[in-house]
Amino acid sequence: MTTSDDTRPGVNAFGLLKRFGPLLFLAVLMVIFTIMNPNFLNPINLFNVLRQISITGLIALGMTFVILTAGIDLSVGSLLALCGMIAAVVAKGGTANTLALESAAGAGYGWFAALLAAIATGCLAGLIQGLTITRLKVPPFVVTLGGLTIFRGLTLTISNGGPISGFTADMRWWGTGLVGPVPVPVIIFLGAALLCHLVLRYTRYGRSVYAVGGNAEAARLSGLRVDRILVSVYVIVGFFCGLAAFVLAARLNSAEAVAGMGYELTVISAVVIGGTSLFGGVGSVGGTVVGAALIGVLVNGLVLNNVSSYTQQIVIGLILILAVAFDRWLKTRTRG
Amino acid sequence: MVAPTASPAASAEPLLVIDNLGKRFVGVTALDGVSLDVRAGEVLGLLGENGAGKSTLLKILSGAQPPSSGTITFDGAPYAPASPIEAKARGIVTIYQELSLIPTLSVAENIFIGRAPLSGLGLVDWRAMRRETRAIIARVGLTTDPETPVSALSVAEQQLVEIARALSLSSRLIIMDEPTSALTEAEVARLLAIMSRLRGEGVAIMFVTHRLEEASQICDRVTVLRDGRLAGHMARDAGPIPIPAIIERMVGRAASELYARPTERHAPGDTRLAIRGLTTPRNPEAPNAITLGGVDLDIRAGEILGLAGLVGSGRTELARAVFGADPVASGSMTLDGAAYAPSSPHDAIARGIGLVPEDRKHQAIFAALGILTNFSVAALSRFAGPLGIMREREERRVLAEYRKALSIRMASPEQRIDGLSGGNQQKVIVARWLARDPKVLIVDEPTRGVDVGAKAEVHQILVQLASRGIAVLVISSELPEILAVSDRIVTMRQGRITGEMPASEATEEKLMALMALETREEATA
Repeated sequence: MTTSDDTRPGVNAFGLLKRFGPLLFLAVLMVIFTIMNPNFLNPINLFNVLRQISITGLIALGMTFVILTAGIDLSVGSLLALCGMIAAVVAKGGTANTLALESAAGAGYGWFAALLAAIATGCLAGLIQGLTITRLKVPPFVVTLGGLTIFRGLTLTISNGGPISGFTADMRWWGTGLVGPVPVPVIIFLGAALLCHLVLRYTRYGRSVYAVGGNAEAARLSGLRVDRILVSVYVIVGFFCGLAAFVLAARLNSAEAVAGMGYELTVISAVVIGGTSLFGGVGSVGGTVVGAALIGVLVNGLVLNNVSSYTQQIVIGLILILAVAFDRWLKTRTRG
Repeated sequence: MVAPTASPAASAEPLLVIDNLGKRFVGVTALDGVSLDVRAGEVLGLLGENGAGKSTLLKILSGAQPPSSGTITFDGAPYAPASPIEAKARGIVTIYQELSLIPTLSVAENIFIGRAPLSGLGLVDWRAMRRETRAIIARVGLTTDPETPVSALSVAEQQLVEIARALSLSSRLIIMDEPTSALTEAEVARLLAIMSRLRGEGVAIMFVTHRLEEASQICDRVTVLRDGRLAGHMARDAGPIPIPAIIERMVGRAASELYARPTERHAPGDTRLAIRGLTTPRNPEAPNAITLGGVDLDIRAGEILGLAGLVGSGRTELARAVFGADPVASGSMTLDGAAYAPSSPHDAIARGIGLVPEDRKHQAIFAALGILTNFSVAALSRFAGPLGIMREREERRVLAEYRKALSIRMASPEQRIDGLSGGNQQKVIVARWLARDPKVLIVDEPTRGVDVGAKAEVHQILVQLASRGIAVLVISSELPEILAVSDRIVTMRQGRITGEMPASEATEEKLMALMALETREEATA
């Protein structure tokens, strides 16, 4: 007699809309911008959009793991700057000749050491934040808010406030190179996205992340080591801050102490617009990629149509709120 | 327990009349042609399984949702509240299971929320508020200090505060949604006595409950819903409304099989889990929480050991300590003869212990996730291949096996688990542990929130598990359930074991005597 309750159709129009809503919205936006300015669809412009979103996109991949566990990381922008600065110091072999150009670039340890240093810095910072959250029981919001100012302060201390510029051509290739028509940062971003998708969707670890975010107490009573998983997601977002910092420094041929200011907001917006719930347990990497692309397309389209950067900020904020409102609205329709 | 009798105060004129009420959602009919009435000065029981339409009816009455068809008349005038506030203003208050008090505020502040008495200066007149609060809560038999923060009260006391607040709003119909589900027997008795008193004062009460004993005891009449339709009205004659008759209307078949003792018992094997002198430490954050005071217990392979005790007797605390979920202060345990001292559920599970917790929603299910993940979450190592990649085909195959063996009614492995009924959710949780092939399975309240019809099925499953050699520890507040499934029964009170007997010798009276010998403290708590 309960079968009528238990075998409700799993798919309906609202369910589909909910699943593909952000993608649909992205498509609509692209059509509108194309009509307003046919240049928008030019492959060069599209790759440009992808390259622009690749830095925040990389961090958003890591942020997806964090938000899936119902956590948050506000420190990513500062951590990006710190990792970039460490990468630059290693690449240049010191902080002495901060503004020296290419002639002095060979004195450092090479791009690979710089990459490793950036990633190690990011992972270490994530580890410390994760342990503070789980061991000292300080909420993620507070820990990473502290991290936001600490990492920025560290960066300014190391760099003495100024940029470190001028890397080898080998290193710069990671930010400015092309494989065929495709910019290298785009390849890194999409490759990382694919990897993250596979991990979350098909591995034991991915299942654990969803379970911990869905119900931490039930996860503990099911034998999952909840604290370890929580620490791991902050290490993952740290890793992506390191990777993104390296790519950004390579692209700009410079690491700046003020890099990544406000990135945490763009990154969190991308994840949330992509449908990942701030309460944990619900969301996907695919959604995050779409969310990041949506923001990128929006900014690009507004720029092409000569909308000022001030107005852009207003529009992005409105889109963020509308995306979540739309999601809530769909929820009330899909639950009878 | 006191046995409140029918009220002479019930008037013949109905206060609330529901006529041919219907509610449809996209693709689902939740209510269809339901008619009932409630009179002033009577307790009407509203009964039905989960999904029978009780909640929908309550939502309509409380103004949270409009009906699709039908009419409601309250006090002679049409009643169609657009919001809960309007419903309250008309004199209908609903008290939900999840109480709506604000825990950080005091009893007085909660009662006078939004309408505090003001002094001449327009400031809150705290003295008047305290004085009036005392008078208001006295109507429900509370003598708590009005300044006490609500968070310091027991659930039962909080409920009484809500009822008192409803009375102070001069409500004429109080709807109580499962008010007794979180109460101890003594608290239930007190609540029923208060309901009886209010009825004598001319208040109409609609009592929504799963507990048929209570309904039969207090209700003047009951209305039974099944699958969104009316399944019958019954009124009290000389004695209480007979429970078997209620059950028959609820499930649409005879009740005799519900608590039938499943047959085919196997002789128990060797001792699996031995517990000696187990005590738990006092938690400084919850100084009133019960602690174990030296528990000795043996559970044998292939045996179902029933653990009976009132809420607060330490049954759940024992389960959590054995499962490594809470720390142990002293004592020792052995599992299959080897020392066993888990420091976390992870340890306990690795050693072959499983726990189906009492609070399914908060401790067991991942509401937003699919059935597949809910099923395999405790056995990820079994289903993970190289590089930690899940072998989903194998996972689905094993789930399909349990789906068949436990007759889990579900649409697909991707379906969200919160779309299942309580009974089917519980079966998924049992399957979760079976996938690990446990040595000991602890099942805390196996059929809480499970439809009457599915209870027998869950009991049968527990017997099957035992026959596979699993040592099963069943904890339950429902004595008929303990009597139906157990091979042996122990009773607990105040963190200690107070008695033991084979199920064949046990009766409800004997068990009650062992578990309910209350001390003064407990009686007044």
